[in-house]
Amino acid sequence: MKKPFFSLTKPKLSYSGIDDTGHDIQEIPPSDRLFLSLKCKKQDMQDLAVSTGNEVRTGQRLRPFSGMEAYLTSPATGVITDVSFVTGYFDQSFVSFSVQAGQRDNWDAEFEQTGMKPDSENVLSFFSGLPWISDLTPLIRKENPLNTILVSGLDQDLLVATNQLSLKNGAEHLAEGIDCLQKITGVNKVIVAVPPSLRSEGEKGGVEVKVIEPVYPYAIPRLLIKQILGITAPASRRLEDLGVGVVSAEAVIALGQAFSVGKPPIAKVLTVINKENRPIGVRARIGTPVRHILESLHITVTEGDRMVFGGPMSGSGIYSAEMPIGPDTDAILVQDKAQVIPASSDPCINCGECVRACPARLPVNMLIRLLENGLYEEAAQQYDLLSCIECGLCSYVCIMRIPIFHYIMLGKHELALTGYLEESNG
Amino acid sequence: MDSPTLFVSSHAPYWHNGSSLSVKNYHIMIAALPAVIMGIYQYGAPALGVAALSVSAAMIWELLMNFVMKRPVSIGDGSAALTGLLFAMLLPATAPWWIVVLGAFLAIVVGKQIYGGIGCNPLNPALVAIAILFLSWKGLLDFDEALVDYDLGFYMVYPLAALKHFGTSAVSDFSVAGLLMGQCSGAIGATFGLGLVGGGIYLILRGMIRWEISVSFLAGVFVTALLFNLSDSEKYAGPLFHLLTGYTLIGAFFLATEDSSSPVNFVPMLIFGACAGFLTVLIRNIGAFVDGTVFAILMMNVANPLIDKIRPKALGRGMSHA
Repeated sequence: MKKPFFSLTKPKLSYSGIDDTGHDIQEIPPSDRLFLSLKCKKQDMQDLAVSTGNEVRTGQRLRPFSGMEAYLTSPATGVITDVSFVTGYFDQSFVSFSVQAGQRDNWDAEFEQTGMKPDSENVLSFFSGLPWISDLTPLIRKENPLNTILVSGLDQDLLVATNQLSLKNGAEHLAEGIDCLQKITGVNKVIVAVPPSLRSEGEKGGVEVKVIEPVYPYAIPRLLIKQILGITAPASRRLEDLGVGVVSAEAVIALGQAFSVGKPPIAKVLTVINKENRPIGVRARIGTPVRHILESLHITVTEGDRMVFGGPMSGSGIYSAEMPIGPDTDAILVQDKAQVIPASSDPCINCGECVRACPARLPVNMLIRLLENGLYEEAAQQYDLLSCIECGLCSYVCIMRIPIFHYIMLGKHELALTGYLEESNG
Repeated sequence: MDSPTLFVSSHAPYWHNGSSLSVKNYHIMIAALPAVIMGIYQYGAPALGVAALSVSAAMIWELLMNFVMKRPVSIGDGSAALTGLLFAMLLPATAPWWIVVLGAFLAIVVGKQIYGGIGCNPLNPALVAIAILFLSWKGLLDFDEALVDYDLGFYMVYPLAALKHFGTSAVSDFSVAGLLMGQCSGAIGATFGLGLVGGGIYLILRGMIRWEISVSFLAGVFVTALLFNLSDSEKYAGPLFHLLTGYTLIGAFFLATEDSSSPVNFVPMLIFGACAGFLTVLIRNIGAFVDGTVFAILMMNVANPLIDKIRPKALGRGMSHA
């Protein structure tokens, strides 16, 4: 992925289709140790209701704190051996349970007995999250319900084929998934967006299909709704506030399957991108440690390598091979240390590559000068910090290798801490 | 979750297109070489001496400033060498050594480092140096005087000076083909039109410079010169003459396109280039100086921060209550 010899125009990075991956999804054998983690606010972490030695059944709901609504769905049958608290990206805190899994699955019957009717209440009380979506509440709203849902059969990042593989292999469940989705959310207008190679699979959903050119970063939700619905979402507002929801085809298919077989989803399709940049489609239980998946695929990682949850443009780095995959883990990228290009602390030379590459038309050259000096509010007011759609192209093309994307995310994070975002929203 | 293996973690993206500043600067120098080699071929060892001294002096000044300002050593990125080379290209082959060393000081220290180094200079460093020298030593850029001892077998006058003093009849002997092949007196690296155009096109195709600035600069020169020429062809030379003489071509491809002092948005780039071209011909035709490129580009450098405020609306900007 080097700069081409002739580069008169801005970079054009194409999404890889499933032809690069192969159409098969490789099953990862179950791991005997799983980790379940749930994102919590620090202040909610009181009165732990689950302790070591507790037994769990597959599909059983686990409410870690008695005072908190959020829960986990156990992906295996076994015994909880450890409880720990983990800090993730940008100070997010997680509670994590280690589960020693038994040989056989003993399914929890609660969902099959009481939750089989597809309505919003059952979904919220039995699905802690669907693949790709860690929080379902924005889709199911009592006030200002959504009017349109886009089902995206595209993958957001390069080399990732998770969504496309799910659609290719599960297209027969798409229609029932969309049907469930409509019942749950009350939305009539559902549109399926697919890359050109998956048009026929998309049409099995029985709703309108739009074909999207597979050029990065067109699959990012804000650009997707702009192309399909012609809506330019205001930078400071969430898409759901405009009445539009974007869900992945994988999530919709998982929803359809869950209600037809009576078992909540416990596995996740993901793309493992090995050191040769070759994507491999796999399916593993949620909570499987990365080490187990890599070992099954005979990928070795050594000191100095890099591992990422997500794709090469927008994923987030992980620091341990024991990290478990979550419902929103679409890909694992493994990079050899020789491929790691370090960022630099050099100043911007104003070459303008980032400005030309930016799909949101941000004045990145000015923005970076403010962000480097911690002037976050000025960056948002004068130089459109909040319009960033987080594609990472600015850092990708930066000739000085400035971690621009990192600065932008830091700026957004700092603004969120100061409450600036709520003010500009109101 | 303790792990004995340490991994490298960082923020996305995890890919880079591989571009780097040193590669870019070395390519710009390579693109400038044909014009420099032609200058050395024409003027011999003195031209080589000026170019070599200028490049090394610029690098030494940069190194000294790195130490003085306690900054990381930055001569490896090629920007000081490039500034030195461009500065040498603007000088006559006979420039004395102290002028070259002083000019390199003005370019690197006054033009760039005192603002904070690369990326922070509001003006083109090489142009700052040549402008200060030109205003301080009047005879320095009088190419007819400087190159009086040379006879290279073609009409040995500086075309813009001849035009200024004697009108278009004095420059009727210059042919377009001759000017493209560098057959006129002038600075070391500014006369070989074909080499400069070739180097410029190479840089544009490689994405090293912004074509918008070069093209609009040339268009600005062409249109303005054409209008003057139409109004009085006795007094004002035609557009092709202006395009191929003086610093026009080196200005269009190597000076106006300097990153830090030029705009990055599309419309501002066009305005920047066109205005610089317009001012160049304006100074040449009705101003006090023989060539206007240096001051035209410097003036637009000053206007750059203002012009570059013209930019497209960002996605979802200013619609928070829609």
